[in-house]
Amino acid sequence: MARSASEPYDLAVLGAGPAGIAGAVAASEAGLSVALLDASDQTGGQYFRHPAPTLRARRPHALHHDWPAFARLRGRLEASTADHLRAHHVWTVTRESADAWTVHALTGADGDGEHPVRIRARAVLLATGASERHLPFPGWTLPGVVAAGGAQAMLKSGLVLPGRRIVVAGSGPLLLAVASSLAAAGAHVPAVVEASGYLGYARHPRALATNPHKLLEAAAHGSVLLRHRVRPLTRSAVTEAHGTDRVEAVTVTRLDRHWRPVPGTGRRIACDALAVGHGLVPQTELATGLGCATRRTPDGTTALALDGLQRTSVPGLWAAGETGGVGGWLLARVEGELAGLAVAAQLRGRPAPGGRVAELRRRRDRMRAFADAMAAAHAPGPGWTGWLTDDTEVCRCEEVTAGHVREAVSGLGARDARTVKLLTRAGMGWCQGRMCGAAVACLAAAGTAEGTVPPSAERRPLAVPVPLGVLAAQPEAAQPEAAQPEAVQPEAAEPEATRPEGGAGPHGRADPA
Amino acid sequence: MARSVQCEILLTVPQSNSSDVADVIVVGAGVVGAACAYYAARSGLSVTVVDRGPVAGGTTGAGEGNLLVSDKGPGPELELALLSTRLWREMEDGVPAASEYEPKGGLVVASSGTAMDALRHFARAQATAGVTAHEIEADRLREKEPHLAPGLAGGFHYPQDAQVQPALAAARLLRASGARVRTGSEVTAVLTGPGGEVRGVRTPSGDLHAPHVVNAAGTWGGELARLAGGDLPVLPRRGFVLVTEPLPRVVRHKVYAADYVADVASDSAALQTSAVVEGTPAGPVLIGASRERVGFDRTLSVEALRRLAQGATALFPLLAGVRATRAYAGFRPYLPDHLPAIGADPRVPGLLHACGHEGAGIGLAPATGLIVARLLTGAEPPLDVKPFDPGRFPAAA
Repeated sequence: MARSASEPYDLAVLGAGPAGIAGAVAASEAGLSVALLDASDQTGGQYFRHPAPTLRARRPHALHHDWPAFARLRGRLEASTADHLRAHHVWTVTRESADAWTVHALTGADGDGEHPVRIRARAVLLATGASERHLPFPGWTLPGVVAAGGAQAMLKSGLVLPGRRIVVAGSGPLLLAVASSLAAAGAHVPAVVEASGYLGYARHPRALATNPHKLLEAAAHGSVLLRHRVRPLTRSAVTEAHGTDRVEAVTVTRLDRHWRPVPGTGRRIACDALAVGHGLVPQTELATGLGCATRRTPDGTTALALDGLQRTSVPGLWAAGETGGVGGWLLARVEGELAGLAVAAQLRGRPAPGGRVAELRRRRDRMRAFADAMAAAHAPGPGWTGWLTDDTEVCRCEEVTAGHVREAVSGLGARDARTVKLLTRAGMGWCQGRMCGAAVACLAAAGTAEGTVPPSAERRPLAVPVPLGVLAAQPEAAQPEAAQPEAVQPEAAEPEATRPEGGAGPHGRADPA
Repeated sequence: MARSVQCEILLTVPQSNSSDVADVIVVGAGVVGAACAYYAARSGLSVTVVDRGPVAGGTTGAGEGNLLVSDKGPGPELELALLSTRLWREMEDGVPAASEYEPKGGLVVASSGTAMDALRHFARAQATAGVTAHEIEADRLREKEPHLAPGLAGGFHYPQDAQVQPALAAARLLRASGARVRTGSEVTAVLTGPGGEVRGVRTPSGDLHAPHVVNAAGTWGGELARLAGGDLPVLPRRGFVLVTEPLPRVVRHKVYAADYVADVASDSAALQTSAVVEGTPAGPVLIGASRERVGFDRTLSVEALRRLAQGATALFPLLAGVRATRAYAGFRPYLPDHLPAIGADPRVPGLLHACGHEGAGIGLAPATGLIVARLLTGAEPPLDVKPFDPGRFPAAA
């Protein structure tokens, strides 16, 4: 558990998915003291989400063909000295120097019982994963329309299906995995609707040939789908969801190369649920808040720019897994181990084991090349905004429609997501643009020469909402750091009275004391 | 013959077409630049606005939209604020409504008897300068703000204080001005003639020509002055604003503690915070007003947020259980004497400055724009502009 206030951890790892666990294990086995923080009670992150023990699932791994490998990794974590800090919601990370960091987190479940915790460390490894990218369409707010990854997560953690007859749509390799999981769990999947063509992969034969496991994976999903008679429709999209209280059908329309809907090709498919997703977006806000350099991935997301040893551009801060670009759990595990070894080498002042590092770097580069090829093949085309009507809600938190956004672009001169946000409130709500960010950026870019997905290194100084009472109860900066902040005294919070007459006027020389 | 005519044209209007020529170029598409464009265009001038970023991309987009008279003692800034207050109210073209203009009034509260005495003294002086302020006794504070903390010594209500959504205000003013707007276009040089007089500006996408250039570059106004061969000591003062989840209207006015006034006028580089708390039409409560001199560093300061949260929850205890969903930082442009620079540059003919409004730019924008328009057309300014003379600072060595 938490150690004395005077002694920071060597390494704080944020995120207990494959990258974070691999990093924590490697660093811990190399002799570092490690804190591994995650918002969840479980390890595994999004990918290895599994039912809570209370559900008494007999075969939690049935939905994970990589479960044995993950179980081995988890076993090493359990055998290590790393402290696994569960249910820690990190809201910001501050840097006092290259080897003095503070991770600010809230503990406890969402709701009342939460209290602030500060973890100090000499280095930080960000393994915060990715979230789903959403592109809106008319009807996407209907009950029964769920995120593709969300549908899979529901299945993996709660063993529940979002419906009985589920259309899977969007773009990216996740769709096949989702469709085969849903079908295997007993749902009828009338169609898998993929906006890109799988032919895109053929342009990267080398990346395919050097990553045979990916072909096997695709073949496995393919055979499941074949067995369940699921039809994959490529170069098509769900351009509207129909229903009153709940989705009852979707319109599937052919797309051209630029993802523009082809008029007259729409047809209805009846369903009681739609699982839709357009790939994943790296979660980088903790890093961009610290000024880390980013790069643009081939599918238009913003990922952290990392060097050969997983270092970010800010000394003392490492990253692994999807934060550096979406690439799957095997890549995340390799990057996590590489980062863990690199941090240990740096803090101990001795070189990392050369052979192992070289091997990990080779594997990482090979899998990164494949990830980039996949990203390029599934990059949203600029024409998708053609299926948005002016009254399609884009930002659900603030109820901002596509028409509002278009007016800000054409009428008020907004050319980027931030200005659209300032002028329309799109992205200012509870989710802080995590849901609408990609769509707003595309609509804003419609007014520019680029006309495609622009980079959007979004700043979210608060990674999760923080109660004001918690913020107010932080220990004062000038005081020595304490492991647990003291409760604030009501008197101390009283604003001190000063005399306005002396320094009030602009010409007055106020005494700042 | 034809050839010589061509040469003559080239000599008089070098490399230009009509869209690159205007009466005045305003550098800066923030609220001050937009107000300059608005009043200049209403005076019959053709205006081009150029900005390296988007509309309201700098300090304007990071502001709260305070239109305050309550925090200013008698003096030139208060005169500017009072004129602006009237101009915001009277503005045409639907700008106020489209900018969420709200004459909500301010409530300044004192936590002790001493502070209340000081506030009373301050309000009395303000009244002589035309500020309306009503004393609110301690037991009646909650009629104005039902959720205020108990135990406060009293306060003053300032009905002239108001609020706009600053980015919308800038965008709507620009649109109403009809000015040509070139965003994403950085000024890399100020073009001058043989006598050193301004001829226009250079941007990566071409030269723009005008006999007048208005420097409304805000915090970056010093850089633009240097490009033109002038000098203006504008420096950044960082501020954080905390934003809560949307709430029903629990805060009705702009509410702040009396010590805010001293912070605004302070010369200290150290972090100062005094919470200014206000609700917005959209629901979130804004908590503003940390001030520190740290250059252009955007890194989140947990200490600044702590003090803002502490100040806000001290005023409104019910906010302790409310979540902050975001925070943002901006850089207030300030000059050594905390007054803006409005008027002609002393060394560069044709260059006018309209920057350095510190944390009050949203409020002071209309009066600034009106003064600039009057100066450009040779008309009488609406008030004494001597205190804002950009030439009042000793030139840098």
